[in-house]
Amino acid sequence: MTESIAVENLSKSYELGALRQETQLRDQLVRLLHAPFRGRRRKEILWALKDVSFKVDVGEVVGIIGRNGAGKSTLLKILSKITYPTSGRVRAHGRVASLLEVGTGFHEELTGRENIFLNGSILGMRRREVESKLEQIVSFSGVERFIDTPIKRYSSGMRLRLGFAVAAHLEPDVLIVDEVLAVGDAAFQKKCISAMQDLRGGGRTVLFVSHNMAAVENLCSRGIWIADGSVRLDGPTHEVIEAYMGSFASAEAAASDLTTVDGRRGSGEIRFSKVEFLSADGRLQTVTRSGKGLMIRLHYRAKEPIERPSFGFKMYTELGTLVTDTGTWLHGLDIPLAPAGDGYLDLEIDSLNLIPGRYYLSLQLDSSMSQHLYDGLENAVHLDIEEGPIYGSTRRIDSRHGVVFFPQRWRLEGIGSGATQPTPASATQGIRR
Amino acid sequence: MGAWLAEIWRSREILYFLAWRDIKVRYKQAALGVAWAVLQPLLTMITFTFLFGRIAGFSSDGAPYPLFSFSALLLWTYFSVTLAQVGNSLIANSSLITKIYFPRVLLPGAAALGGLLDLLVGSVLLIGMMIYYRITPHWTVLLTPLFVVETALLVMGFGMLLAALNVRYRDVKYTIPFLTQIGLFVTPTFWPVSYLPSKYQWLLVFNPMAGAIEGFRGCLLGSSSINWQLVACSWVMTLLLLLIGGLHFRNTERVFADIV
Repeated sequence: MTESIAVENLSKSYELGALRQETQLRDQLVRLLHAPFRGRRRKEILWALKDVSFKVDVGEVVGIIGRNGAGKSTLLKILSKITYPTSGRVRAHGRVASLLEVGTGFHEELTGRENIFLNGSILGMRRREVESKLEQIVSFSGVERFIDTPIKRYSSGMRLRLGFAVAAHLEPDVLIVDEVLAVGDAAFQKKCISAMQDLRGGGRTVLFVSHNMAAVENLCSRGIWIADGSVRLDGPTHEVIEAYMGSFASAEAAASDLTTVDGRRGSGEIRFSKVEFLSADGRLQTVTRSGKGLMIRLHYRAKEPIERPSFGFKMYTELGTLVTDTGTWLHGLDIPLAPAGDGYLDLEIDSLNLIPGRYYLSLQLDSSMSQHLYDGLENAVHLDIEEGPIYGSTRRIDSRHGVVFFPQRWRLEGIGSGATQPTPASATQGIRR
Repeated sequence: MGAWLAEIWRSREILYFLAWRDIKVRYKQAALGVAWAVLQPLLTMITFTFLFGRIAGFSSDGAPYPLFSFSALLLWTYFSVTLAQVGNSLIANSSLITKIYFPRVLLPGAAALGGLLDLLVGSVLLIGMMIYYRITPHWTVLLTPLFVVETALLVMGFGMLLAALNVRYRDVKYTIPFLTQIGLFVTPTFWPVSYLPSKYQWLLVFNPMAGAIEGFRGCLLGSSSINWQLVACSWVMTLLLLLIGGLHFRNTERVFADIV
């Protein structure tokens, strides 16, 4: 196999002081006046990547996975030459195109057609190339009718489609893609995925970063798991995904007490301390069944009184698909003050209409007045949902049938042949009124 | 340096597209459109003609005062307006810098290139004024494009330096309008170089725009008293600034995406 990309001992450090944005000359002058003989303040160094090496052959489609802040984005930025490594090097053969965003360089005032040319050019296409592919790009985007309208009149979906349409016609030797499929409607996502699968067939090398494990599993033949700036595991996709998801489970087992969990974000004046799952009658449980009532109790510990905190969590499937995002702020609830010390709040769910499987909760505690984050824990705890009598039948219903089921019933009167139907009561089982 | 320039040359299409975007966007929603390119130097010229030509009675090396000041203001307006755009080109396009790679110098380059359109439009008025004042062009008029090129190179050289500094120190953004405002007065736009006592004339060497305007205006109006020494010095300064600006830019561009 011929080599397409070789990454050798790549490291990248950031100075935390630089992130504190000493971008006013004045600040530096003031410092100079205060302490004229002291050298530049010693800065804290953060290693975003440490000694990362791997090789990718021509035609391989590699999925890069890892938690937020693990270094995936930094790796992509170095591979796309946007930023430079502190040490180590990258060798890439052929034309490299990177899509860290769809529609980079789009300008609101320009029409769809004009933006195709601008975006195509920035992404590395020649004008002639864009001209010859213009028709295909326009029809792929599905915004033909508005192609001569300024894109400020476009919906975000249309903009996305237009951006992806340009990207899909790039024909690079190496394509670097970051999570761009995470947005957009389902039909368009499907189109993008099939476009990416065409890339795979066309002997192109693709590096794909995503939190969507289902997409990674579908598209990639190989996975690379990045943790704490290093390659944790590199191998066949399903093995890497399994190990990666397993890392959350083992972290959880050791930490029903969340106070000792590391790798959390936020400033920490107030933090989640424990998550408990309670049945409808108030008993603690670690597994629950589809269709049952559930109470999620979020414990917190505040070091100081916190004004207007906002509690929330996101629930994900095992493959990283967001099931729901809920929180006190979204519910329009106002919590004037969380006094210092321990406390908890409960989320009552009447009927957990989720298909059996393992679900992960990412917790977030921030200020409802500003964007300030107190505590953020990714996939902090999991909840195992066992089979329950969904739809009141004995049929086995699992992840092949989706993520959720709705309280529902089929009505067969219209067939008029006396077909049997379950009693309505069992179809809506589990719903408390 | 060679590889750097070669890559820029290979990516020149992006330069045209970025310049084209800037121009399109600038005029798309302006009701007066391209007229703005003419209005600014025109109104300044009218004010100056009234204040300095009539009231203060400045001499204009024999040319009609409006023509004398407008020809200088046309070049000066390109310099001052475009310098601000070049200086802010990196931070104005920070979303591009952090999302995609292309030679960074194309951003200031596109701003400098885009500004030339305004100059071109303004030149039409300048030609009109020359016809009105019945100025017979001297052969030296053929040299005027050289001074436009010099000004563009100067904007580029100075601008690259400012743009790169601007990424780290946002103070630069506020400094540029101040610099160009002072610059208007210390550049022979509404006064002739001959107004300066000869023992002070050497000071103009530090202002490369002085030589560019002296050369441009002198060649355009066929003046016989062009200070060629000043013109030569300004070319040397311009090329020096271009070199310094280019080197500084190239040495710092690696960190733009990290700190912008």
